[in-house]
Amino acid sequence: MIGRRSVILTEADRWLFPVVLLVSVYITFRGHNAPGGGFIGGLIAGAAFIIRYLAGTPLTDRWHRALNPTTYIGAGLVIAVVTALVPLAYGDTLLESAIWKWNVPAIGEVKLVSSSIFDLGVYFLVIGVVLLSLMSLGADPVHDEEVGEES
Amino acid sequence: MFVLLFAHFIVATAALTVLKSRPRVSAVLGICVFVATIIATLQWGRTTDGVREVSFNWIGDLGLSLHLRLDSFAVMMVLIISVLGALVLAYSLAYFDPDETTARFTGFFIAFAGVMSGLVMSADLFTMFVFWELTSVLSFLLIGLHSESGHARASALRALLVTGAGGLCLLAGVALFQVELGTTSFQELANMAPTGTVITVAAILVLLGAFTKSAQFPFHFWLPGAMAAPTPVSAYLHSATMVKAGIVLMARMSPIFGDLDVWRWMVVVAGGITMVLGGVRAMYATDAKLLLAHSTVSQLGFLGILAGIGIPGATYAAVVHLAAHAVFKAALFLSVGAVDHAVGSRDIRTLSGVGRQMPLVAILATLSAASMAGIIPLFGFATKEKALAVLLKADDKVGAVGNVALAFVVVGAVLSTAYSVRFVRGVFGTKKDCAPSHVHHAPSFLLVAPVVLLSSASLIAGLFAKQTGHLFDAVATTLSPEATGKLALWPGVNTALIVSVIVVAVGAAIGYVFPLAATARELPVTGDKVYLSLLQGILTGSKKITKYTQNGSLQTYVVVTMGVVIATLMYSLATDQLPHFDNMVIADSPLQFGVVVLCIVLTGVVTFTAHRFVAALLLGGVGFAIAVIFALFGAPDLALTQILVETIVLVVFLLVLRQLPSKFERSIKGSARTAQIVFSVSVGLVVALFALLVGNSRQAPSVGEEYITRSSPQGGGNNVVNVILVDFRGVDTMGEITVLAVAALGVANLVNMARRQRKPKVVEASQ
Repeated sequence: MIGRRSVILTEADRWLFPVVLLVSVYITFRGHNAPGGGFIGGLIAGAAFIIRYLAGTPLTDRWHRALNPTTYIGAGLVIAVVTALVPLAYGDTLLESAIWKWNVPAIGEVKLVSSSIFDLGVYFLVIGVVLLSLMSLGADPVHDEEVGEES
Repeated sequence: MFVLLFAHFIVATAALTVLKSRPRVSAVLGICVFVATIIATLQWGRTTDGVREVSFNWIGDLGLSLHLRLDSFAVMMVLIISVLGALVLAYSLAYFDPDETTARFTGFFIAFAGVMSGLVMSADLFTMFVFWELTSVLSFLLIGLHSESGHARASALRALLVTGAGGLCLLAGVALFQVELGTTSFQELANMAPTGTVITVAAILVLLGAFTKSAQFPFHFWLPGAMAAPTPVSAYLHSATMVKAGIVLMARMSPIFGDLDVWRWMVVVAGGITMVLGGVRAMYATDAKLLLAHSTVSQLGFLGILAGIGIPGATYAAVVHLAAHAVFKAALFLSVGAVDHAVGSRDIRTLSGVGRQMPLVAILATLSAASMAGIIPLFGFATKEKALAVLLKADDKVGAVGNVALAFVVVGAVLSTAYSVRFVRGVFGTKKDCAPSHVHHAPSFLLVAPVVLLSSASLIAGLFAKQTGHLFDAVATTLSPEATGKLALWPGVNTALIVSVIVVAVGAAIGYVFPLAATARELPVTGDKVYLSLLQGILTGSKKITKYTQNGSLQTYVVVTMGVVIATLMYSLATDQLPHFDNMVIADSPLQFGVVVLCIVLTGVVTFTAHRFVAALLLGGVGFAIAVIFALFGAPDLALTQILVETIVLVVFLLVLRQLPSKFERSIKGSARTAQIVFSVSVGLVVALFALLVGNSRQAPSVGEEYITRSSPQGGGNNVVNVILVDFRGVDTMGEITVLAVAALGVANLVNMARRQRKPKVVEASQ
């Protein structure tokens, strides 16, 4: 925690956090046709965590289990690599895109490109990287020990 | 064939994962796989003239594929591997307690058997190399099974390094063959009968690989160390199967290269020294298992001579003796294991009266030892007679080298008999000055049954030597068409027999008289010492190089890196033709110009500010200004990314700044500082100049157009930038995110390490 907690930031975080996360997912998937994509989406989600961190809401306490950054990094990398390798099994080249289209009643045509899944891997990895930097560089030694005693 | 190999790996994987808590179940499954392999191999061997080929396309683009060829020789080897595998695995059921280590043993063991079967079935050198390396790795894991023991780890590492170095030689040889001849297939090599300097070098490299694997001098020293592994592992990998890989390779290659003088001399000298050295060392070993290990080294030298000398008759002798050795040596190891299990000691100086208390094991082991000593009517006698008979005539065929080989083999054979006698005397004999050893419990059925089978096999094969010999006809002729031979229980009185009788008599006398407690003088130079000093030298050398190149000064790193950058840039600026600046545009719009000026001003201020905090904010400002430039060029993706990265980096920067003093310190003054400034400015100037030039020297058309047209139909998206990232250049992205992940983990670890080191000091609260 840096300095005293700011009420404005705490309140803003409470409302903004879910919204920003939602936006980041949207940006990630829209990336295929409009500005956006996994990298940008991941950074936006990272920004949500930054607000949370600056507001003084502990990242390592309540969220500790859900927010293990290395899990994000690992999961992201696995998703990306697996998506890249799957086409090989079908005799295509690495990272060859498959395009699936469905007609969903009331919504119309829904299109999913396999590379979106690759992008999702990038998204998770970037979140993990931002979280990891926040946690490792952001935590100062004294604060760490306090947390350690609480848990 | 592939199905059977995969069955090995599936059971092995299961043993290491889902069946981890039930090693006995996986061992039984493993035995089933071995039995299935035996049946299938026998079936194939009978129905298809003993030749069956399969290939498996591995990486088609690189022309890599795995070729397996089941000829008679491979059939024999697979049978040895599977039969001994099943017996040793059954033995291990009684030998180990069913715990987690046993689960690992079982898994590695079955996987090893699969890999080894693949190795002996390999139809070309490349395939063999792949399996070869896998056996090295599995042997490493099995020697180091008791990973809590430092000795086991060191031995495992030694075996891995020596055989790994040999593997590299082999790979170099394989590459040379491939480049020079376009093939590594044994058959095609034999058909081509290639000659030439390159081929000779390649053959020698391959031979060196074989030497390391089969523990030939001067690479023999890793094998005794490998005895740190549990006895079933030693019995299987380090006497019966893996160490035979080099012999297999030599047997396959010597019909092709045996006529090369250098090949023949290397094989005979290395094998001969190995045979004698191993025999001498065995005479000084006091640990029964170590004695067997040295005897294995000695026997491998013998086999190496026979397999590598390139005389058809010797090839036949190599094949039969290989089988004989696998059978008697496995039996000997297993009986030592049984004694060890029952008495708790393998020291031949203190074991006493074991023979009386465990008569069955003693009789069986004596039979096998007699086979090792080459005493009539055992299998080892027939094979040794054959070898002697061939080598006595070798002089006519290959000249002096044949006589050298004969001399080595005779001395080696004397030692063989001597250490066989020493073994039996030491393990099972009753010593006057020792209290009788206490046998805790009688060996269980499974500990004895495999020994019964193996020892009786040595006896039966010896008694029916003639029929046994016929079984190996096809095996040997597969390797070399003229390699025919006969075995006999009683060859008649001839030179070989007379030599043999003298050898056995002298050997037995030495073995009987030689004191059991004899310890060898420490030799000034041993393979082990050379290995250790080499290893030490490499370690200290690399430490020195690291200290020199990675001296820990950030400034040095930056100067070196940037220095190289501007040196190369200046070189290309000086040598390349300079482009024209005719159609250079200063700025597209006044706004663009303004933003660039802002960038320059902000950067300028950064260099003069004294506060780190201010500098960080100003750099952030530069970043945002660049984002505006991206946006002005119509690149929303880039602009968006730049803004986000800049924001996050700024926050992280500020987090780091808390740990640093708020003002920059000027540690460097005077001329050093001037030099620093000159260097920095010139880096900036050169890079800027280069960017300018590069921007104006495009000749090839831009790939942009093509990407735009391909984006929607092939990538399924309208955002070209994104399609490039995740599809067209997706591999780049994959590399980049990997780098990102590694860098982030590295930073986190560095920070955590620094924090841990600082922790004892941190008491003062920052609030």
